[in-house]
Amino acid sequence: MRLTCPFCGPRDLREFTYRGDATLRRPDPDAANAASAFADYVYLRANPRGPHREHWYHAAGCRAWLVVERDTATHAIGRVALARNDQP
Amino acid sequence: MLALASGNAAGSRMRYSLFSLLREALNGQAGWPAAWRDALPRAHYDIVVIGGGGHGLSTAFYLAQEHGITNVAVLEKGWLGSGNIGRNTTIIRSNYGEPGNTPFYEHSMQLWEGLEQALNYNAMVSQRGVLNLYHTDGQRDAYARRGNAMRLHGIDAELLDRARVQELCPFLAFEDARFPVAGGLLQRRGGTARHDAVAWGYARAASTLGVDIIQNCEVTGFDIVQGRVRGVQTTRGPIAAGKVGMAVAGNTSHVAAMADLRLPIESHVLQAFVSEGIKPVIPNVVTFGAGHFYISQSDKGGLVFGGDIDGYNSYAQRGNLPTVEDVCESGMAMMPMLGRLRILRSWGGIMDMSMDGSPIIDRTPLEGLYLNAGWCYGGFKATPASGWCFAHLLATDRSHPVASAYRLDRFATGLVIDEKGAGAQPNLH
Repeated sequence: MRLTCPFCGPRDLREFTYRGDATLRRPDPDAANAASAFADYVYLRANPRGPHREHWYHAAGCRAWLVVERDTATHAIGRVALARNDQP
Repeated sequence: MLALASGNAAGSRMRYSLFSLLREALNGQAGWPAAWRDALPRAHYDIVVIGGGGHGLSTAFYLAQEHGITNVAVLEKGWLGSGNIGRNTTIIRSNYGEPGNTPFYEHSMQLWEGLEQALNYNAMVSQRGVLNLYHTDGQRDAYARRGNAMRLHGIDAELLDRARVQELCPFLAFEDARFPVAGGLLQRRGGTARHDAVAWGYARAASTLGVDIIQNCEVTGFDIVQGRVRGVQTTRGPIAAGKVGMAVAGNTSHVAAMADLRLPIESHVLQAFVSEGIKPVIPNVVTFGAGHFYISQSDKGGLVFGGDIDGYNSYAQRGNLPTVEDVCESGMAMMPMLGRLRILRSWGGIMDMSMDGSPIIDRTPLEGLYLNAGWCYGGFKATPASGWCFAHLLATDRSHPVASAYRLDRFATGLVIDEKGAGAQPNLH
């Protein structure tokens, strides 16, 4: 598996570290339901079979955090973008 | 021969024994009946178990054997045993240290010890011992603590020093510059079992008791009426059910999503390897303490080994090369003679990695739907107790005492069972 880093181009999997689901959003800690919202945020995952948006860190390269679209059934890599441009 | 009446195709069973072996040897091996009935789906069952792997089949067997519930179907999307039950490294052990885990895995170990008699099937259970190596003083102390926890539960555990490990496994890297072997924690009752035979044995025994095993039958949806599961939709038509149990390992999130459930699970690929066959060299199961690596020798002579999961979400039953390299490096650090062997095959299985590294055997928020999942890469050794406890839950609506910690709500309440202390990050477990 190779990921195409926006800075470094196509690079081998071993240069990257995986973090997981990039669609999760940290809940508001001051909200009334913060406890259950944080439990969901920390533990629950959609874990789809198919397209998945996920965070990868280019640790042995440019050290950028990336949002990668990858198919979990085939390992096919789609669009790769900088995570900093993916904030809500 | 004992012929059983069956409403579904010809079901007959021969008791396997020395006598039947001798008779068939003289009979040209022509008299062996099919081991289990290839059943057609009926319209309604008391209990439908989704997943014809080790856990689903053992659940069905214990439902019939222990609870007398025989109007049961096991639905398998592929062929029987095509998932993780046929893709693991066959290790059985009960050397756990966390309170929620220790009694459960020991229950499993005891069921392994009587399994072949219970099933009348040779699962090749071999109690050749499981040896966890330690390499530092700190690790020795941690292993001593775990060994003591095991002994307090009545489980066998022996802390070996370097000399005693050397007697057992002289081929290990005792002089390695970075990770010299300093000793090990040995559970003699641990060992290996023939993984496919476990699935076949449970299938045969369950089928004989009247359970329908339905292959090539993929679940495509749930029938939910007024907040209760009433049955499933499948590629072979709808099947109504009093209760539905899920035991689908790596596909847990995928199937649960059909019932709008979000679970504390990520699916990850774990690779395993086997070398060319050689003469007996490894007497037991050995695990590396300075990396993630475990190895044993199959009865055919191949060295069977594995290491970490690849570490990213995956439903593909194959992994990538960096993990292959990592596993082989760990193996070389532990037993350098491994470098003289060629790897014959490698394969991948999909692990249902729970967020604390421990399993879930519980009801779901949806009435009538029960969950057996989160086995991470420890599902094989748990096969008998997993089925035993899931059957207990399905039959009685109460958790079995040894599985009472495996609750689905523990992630919200904070009562997680983090055997490795790695936090809510599946690729660190």
